Amino acid sequence: MRYLPHTDEEIRDMLAVIRRGSLDELFCSVPDSCRYEGEMPLPPAMDEWQLTEHMEILAAAMAVDDKARVLIGAGSYHHHIPETIRAIISRGELLTAYTPYQPEMAQGTLQGIYEYQTLTSRLLGMDVANASIYDGASAMAEALLMGLRVAKKKTRVAVSAAVHPHYRQVARSYLAPTGYELVELPVGPDGRTDPALLSSLGDVAAVAIQSPNFFGVIEDLEGLASLVHDAGALLIAVFSEPLAYGLLKSPGACGADIACGEGQSFGMPRSLGGAALGMFACRNEFVRNMPGRLVGQTKDLEGKRGFVLTLSTREQHIRREKATSNICSNQGICTLIASMYMASLGASGLAELARLNHSKAEYLKSGLRVAGAKVVFSAPTFNEFVVEFPGDFRPAYQRLLERKIVAGLELGRFYAEHAGRYLFCVTETTDRKTLDAIVAEVNS
Amino acid sequence: MKEFDELLFNEEFRYTEEHEWVSVGGAELMVGISDYAQDQLGDIVFVEMPEVGATFARGEQFGTLESVKAVSELYLPVGGEVVAVNEALGDSPELINQDPYGAWIVKIKPSDTAELEQLLNAESYRNMLRG
Amino acid sequence: MSAVTIPGASGIIQNEPLLWEKGGKGRRGMCVPASDVPVAELPAALCRDELDFPELSEVDVVRHYTRLSQWNFGVDSGMYPLGSCTMKYNPKINEKVAATPALAAAHPMLPDELVQGSLQVMYELQSYLAAITGLPAVTLQPAAGAHGELTGMLIFAAWHKSRDSRRTKILIPDTAHGTNPASAALCGFKPVPIRSGPEGILEVAAVEAAMDEETAGIMITNPNTLGLFETRIREIAEIVHAKGGLVYGDGANMNAVMGIIDARRCGVDVLHLNLHKTFSTPHGGGGPGAGPLCVSEELARFLPAPRAVRDGELYRLDWGGPDSVGRVHAFHGNVSVLLRAYAYIRTMGPANLKKASQLAVLNAAYIKERLKGTLPLAYDRPCMHECVFSDALLQEHKVTTLDVAKRLIDCGYHPPTIYFPLVVHGAIMIEPTETECKADIDQFIAVLEQIVGEAAENPELLRQAPLRTKVRRLDETLAARQPCLCGS
Repeated sequence: MRYLPHTDEEIRDMLAVIRRGSLDELFCSVPDSCRYEGEMPLPPAMDEWQLTEHMEILAAAMAVDDKARVLIGAGSYHHHIPETIRAIISRGELLTAYTPYQPEMAQGTLQGIYEYQTLTSRLLGMDVANASIYDGASAMAEALLMGLRVAKKKTRVAVSAAVHPHYRQVARSYLAPTGYELVELPVGPDGRTDPALLSSLGDVAAVAIQSPNFFGVIEDLEGLASLVHDAGALLIAVFSEPLAYGLLKSPGACGADIACGEGQSFGMPRSLGGAALGMFACRNEFVRNMPGRLVGQTKDLEGKRGFVLTLSTREQHIRREKATSNICSNQGICTLIASMYMASLGASGLAELARLNHSKAEYLKSGLRVAGAKVVFSAPTFNEFVVEFPGDFRPAYQRLLERKIVAGLELGRFYAEHAGRYLFCVTETTDRKTLDAIVAEVNS
Repeated sequence: MKEFDELLFNEEFRYTEEHEWVSVGGAELMVGISDYAQDQLGDIVFVEMPEVGATFARGEQFGTLESVKAVSELYLPVGGEVVAVNEALGDSPELINQDPYGAWIVKIKPSDTAELEQLLNAESYRNMLRG
Repeated sequence: MSAVTIPGASGIIQNEPLLWEKGGKGRRGMCVPASDVPVAELPAALCRDELDFPELSEVDVVRHYTRLSQWNFGVDSGMYPLGSCTMKYNPKINEKVAATPALAAAHPMLPDELVQGSLQVMYELQSYLAAITGLPAVTLQPAAGAHGELTGMLIFAAWHKSRDSRRTKILIPDTAHGTNPASAALCGFKPVPIRSGPEGILEVAAVEAAMDEETAGIMITNPNTLGLFETRIREIAEIVHAKGGLVYGDGANMNAVMGIIDARRCGVDVLHLNLHKTFSTPHGGGGPGAGPLCVSEELARFLPAPRAVRDGELYRLDWGGPDSVGRVHAFHGNVSVLLRAYAYIRTMGPANLKKASQLAVLNAAYIKERLKGTLPLAYDRPCMHECVFSDALLQEHKVTTLDVAKRLIDCGYHPPTIYFPLVVHGAIMIEPTETECKADIDQFIAVLEQIVGEAAENPELLRQAPLRTKVRRLDETLAARQPCLCGS
């Protein structure tokens, strides 16, 4: 086996040094009653060429593959990934390193994360970002727990019903055994969160609002921020499409106290939803209540600039059960991908790309409207929007699918009241011809 | 780390087995940590302090001290109300390392000065450390 | 001059500024496609001010990260015997498998019939992990080991609730992984520490004394963080079960016992695996990992949904029932990591997986035997995949474990895990993994022997180390006292 370097002779020599007769004898401390019986029922070993062939068969089983046009976002977005990212992250020095516990031999990882923290803070308009957590959903769950820590005595949090349904489910899972209560804020007819309930909620520690929300609608974060703060709560701004902030006012500028969400859009493939990147940032005053790792700048013995993991006393390995979170890793290499992506585009590139996404989505939106579909929500949207077709859209959806176009996501599974309505996402990867084909199909 | 004979003690103060000290006399008592405690902790990087006006029972946790890789809880030697916190420690937590008996952490108005009698004096604290 | 050849030597280290300290106005490192639609405007009130990002060309970006990578050390660079972290070789074919275009492009919200290839991988990986652990039901959602632990504790809480039993405590031995208490606390369980016995393993009496009707169960890391097999695990599990509790197995060290132990037979009810350890996926400088959770048949209904199932010729997602603890991830976990682990298991097959465990243990046992005259062993018992030494000898020379670690850096090695587990003073925890060959291990042993010699003869060499790296020892106190977490 090519990953196992030992020759039979070496095994013999090593066993002789430790005075064991066989490899089996190494496990003399394992009682018989704990032993595995027989061989593990797994398929036999494949060589590199067999595995490649096997993966080709699995790839061929994908009715929707990389050649298809998928007009679904909903937390996972198709954007072009520059070849530079693939080239750099395949460097073993970065990819095969562990958590930077020995900073002198991990300055690449550490400076890379510090840069990620900085670009993330600037994008979101916040003071400080952590070294990332698992994904957008766990980021929001951790933010709610953080809000409860900051508020100390309060036991209730509120989440908009326009937050990604899966994010809300994860928050419920995290809160289930804690005794904290999660209240949902309804969505108004314009597709924005209706804040009317806020004033009557009483003691709420934090309020989570996604913008652009699950329906693609851009929330009035500024307006919500003052209402949330009047209620004595923290505003958590959530996102699943960070590209929007290439154009949109940042959560920090809108008054958010914590901003968190999914960073997959920044250079990561959809890959069935992972590996993901939980981006997480907050105002300075809350940094000691923040979950996750942090990298900080410092100096070495000779006064040279360098980077280390810092403020570790918040974390599980030191504060044990009183830690701000049980998280022990970050999404490492994904932070470098996101940094590379942000740095490669720069401010003007990010704005241009965001504008292109928005323009393309608006193009399809108006095309569908002309074809007789109703745009369900009136508030402005970014690169996603919800439509209702005059008749049954399913036959058209099927015909488009045969042409390898996936025309949106039907919402009935997530919102019973929106059954039969479709959430569309258009990014720079979809050309006008495809958009025209969808409109033509609705017209026919 | 210091050898035992290098450790400093304030003969006027009373001590707890958890290495806090408290000053004696006056309406307000100062509370801090001993030279031994600061030496064990190493470079202190953050002091978490209570709010002025908060009240604690004797032995209750009122704050934490953080070094780079450890967190240490602070327990009040005598019960009472916090009347002041040492704001200077916010920017300069190293004051505790530099002058452990000058760098008080909180001042309290004790609810029962008789509790002072149950604490160790410098001599018995020194003996406790000597083991 | 030393007689020992060391891999470390000074290379060319180039300086490189921070991203925003380089570049020039108007540069760009990535194409934005030309627009083929009319420009649409957003209301100005919603739009942001100029974003303060660097402007870099493609060359700027590539050189930046290439230089950063040269300040780093990975498994591909050399031996990385970091105890408890399992820094085994990360096969290159796995990267290609994870990047399979059709699978990498899969959208997570597509109907099942459109993503059969992805679902087949999930289904098969679930069944492989079930086969390896002996626990039949598996969720792939947890994104890391600690996330798996949290999911396991959610299941503990849900199971007890379903039986109307209110439990507030959980037993955690001092040789368990460091994340365990925080994971349990998130689910409302108060950790009760259990001391290991004089042999470095749990004693039945200690568990018997602590286990009661208010305790939800126990979290056992096996092999434990001293690299020792918890030989009494079955009796301990029986005690916990008899008092109505559950047994959580922290499977982070499964790499030592694949095909050797059956977790179900050990009495474990819930166990997570770290695919980035046992199943060779790269650590990425901190992640992403994957921490699938395997449970007994009885607990299957509590697992997060959805899970992949097979329905005749079709694979589909099963959305679970009312007892499920719910989702713990937005989608299906770190799927690209799952793909790498899948490729590894398919490449190895059952016989090589078992052999990998045997060789991991052989390498650790060999290091333990060869070094035990040089450094004091914490526990002289048959070790599994790692061995732990103490600093008792170093203290005589006023040299610390940290000094030895830093000197190893200059010699071209990543240091072992240090100061963990906490039960050993100045711990040096070495986990060579199975992918290091005898010659490389012999060289590592010789270097450590030399360093221990230097500790006596020239301790300053250790205290000043490292000297050959991009930066010297860094001031962590300054970093924590005056946090600078964001560039200006």
